[in-house]
Amino acid sequence: MAEPALALVQSSPSPARAQIAFDNVALMLGGKAIINTISLDVAAGEILCVVGASGCGKTTALRLAAGLYQPTGGSVRFEGEAMRAPRREIAVVFQDYGKALLPWRTAAGNISLALETIGMPSAQREARITELLAKVGLAGHAAKYPTEMSGGMQQRLQIARCLAQDPKVLLMDEPFGALDAMTRQGLQDEMLALVASTGATVVFVTHDLEEAIYLGDRVIGLLPHPGRVGLELKIDLPRPRDQLATREHPEFLRLRRALFDFIKASE
Amino acid sequence: MILPERIKPALLPLAALLIFEIWMRLADVQSDSLAPPSAIALALAGALTDGSLLAATRDTLAAAFAGLALGGAIGLVLGIALGLSHVFDRLMEVTIEAIRPIPSVALLPIALIALGFGYRMEIAIVSFACVWPVLIMTRAAVGGIEPRLIEVARVLRLSQLDRVRKIVIPAALPRIFLAFRLAAGIALIVAVTVEIAINPLGLGAGIMTAQQALRPDLMLAYLVWIGVTGFALNAALMAAQKTLFGRAAAIGDQA
Repeated sequence: MAEPALALVQSSPSPARAQIAFDNVALMLGGKAIINTISLDVAAGEILCVVGASGCGKTTALRLAAGLYQPTGGSVRFEGEAMRAPRREIAVVFQDYGKALLPWRTAAGNISLALETIGMPSAQREARITELLAKVGLAGHAAKYPTEMSGGMQQRLQIARCLAQDPKVLLMDEPFGALDAMTRQGLQDEMLALVASTGATVVFVTHDLEEAIYLGDRVIGLLPHPGRVGLELKIDLPRPRDQLATREHPEFLRLRRALFDFIKASE
Repeated sequence: MILPERIKPALLPLAALLIFEIWMRLADVQSDSLAPPSAIALALAGALTDGSLLAATRDTLAAAFAGLALGGAIGLVLGIALGLSHVFDRLMEVTIEAIRPIPSVALLPIALIALGFGYRMEIAIVSFACVWPVLIMTRAAVGGIEPRLIEVARVLRLSQLDRVRKIVIPAALPRIFLAFRLAAGIALIVAVTVEIAINPLGLGAGIMTAQQALRPDLMLAYLVWIGVTGFALNAALMAAQKTLFGRAAAIGDQA
């Protein structure tokens, strides 16, 4: 077993810099290759967006990064350590907020779940919950149940629950995919502001190519059957991003064309 | 004449009772199995005032609830375990499917030898009958929990105990309560059956005593009362379900 470990260290280009490292990661499920292979480094504080045609393994890659799946080949590492299970430093925002929230708990109760799990004493929880709700723009909604909230509010609540565990990394699986365009743009900007203030690393899976460019420092395009990296785009657009100015920027339009061409060719 | 909507459903049964009463009186029926409604009502009032009916009700409900509590607890624990673990579920499959079809009343001879007459034997039989609906419905409820919630529990790194306590049980609770409501009905049926068949206590024994004393009016009064008891039990549990799980039940329906 010592030999492959050595090989992994050698093949890793910059282990010191990478917070999350995919090293020749492959995943077989039921005899079928879902991913074969992905090598990828995500730097601390980076916003990496992942796009690709359906069936390219975007969500699967995110689950590997979360420690929900174990690779059948290669390794996934967090700060140099192999991911064996989910970690406190890594939070996951699911697309289907309606299913990811506990319907029998209020907004405050849902956030409390994360605080209870990290072992925060109950006396400190309430203040922290108020703070987190305010952070995602849900101040005053603590006593509401998820079903009493709009989709945008529910997704904000899920993000607040993720922030409750003080994560270094946010893994987001098409978090705004089910929301209407206006709500989505608002949440994109709120998320960028939140991430800027916490310095968290973000891996953001989306099928919205413009969203990927708008949010990301880097965009990875995956190819399907089996999932593998087909394109990497560095996004050199000024921050803070602006819904109008950024999207009209010539560089944005150039990247948009490149990404659309890639997706079209991959299908 | 316009009748309030609420009275309409009662019209037919009332008319039937009236016709039955008139027929019994006009034909001057002498029977060991039938009695005119008025005689039944009188017998019911008599048994209620002398306390014998209430004492019998207490005995039957005590045995039924004790059996429900015992059998329901066993069914609940097993159902959660089976719902959570596929391996355990597969291991237990044959055993459960072999034992489950045994009619609970068929255990009477064994239970009688082992436990004798009285509450213990009746409770044992009732609990056997109550294990299955609770077990099967709890297993289905736990197995049918939104997989995303289990994933949320995993990424939040809830301990195994917290996963069951904070996610599995609350998510399955509306359906578990429904299982207990159905099991309560079964408990009452089985308790009365055991009493009619063999056990000298409660409503079932009361109905048998009336029959053997050639008192069809009292026998039918017991029958009516058992119906009322069952109806009241279900109505109370329905009301409890609505108050406790109004919101959760609505969510469960959507899913």
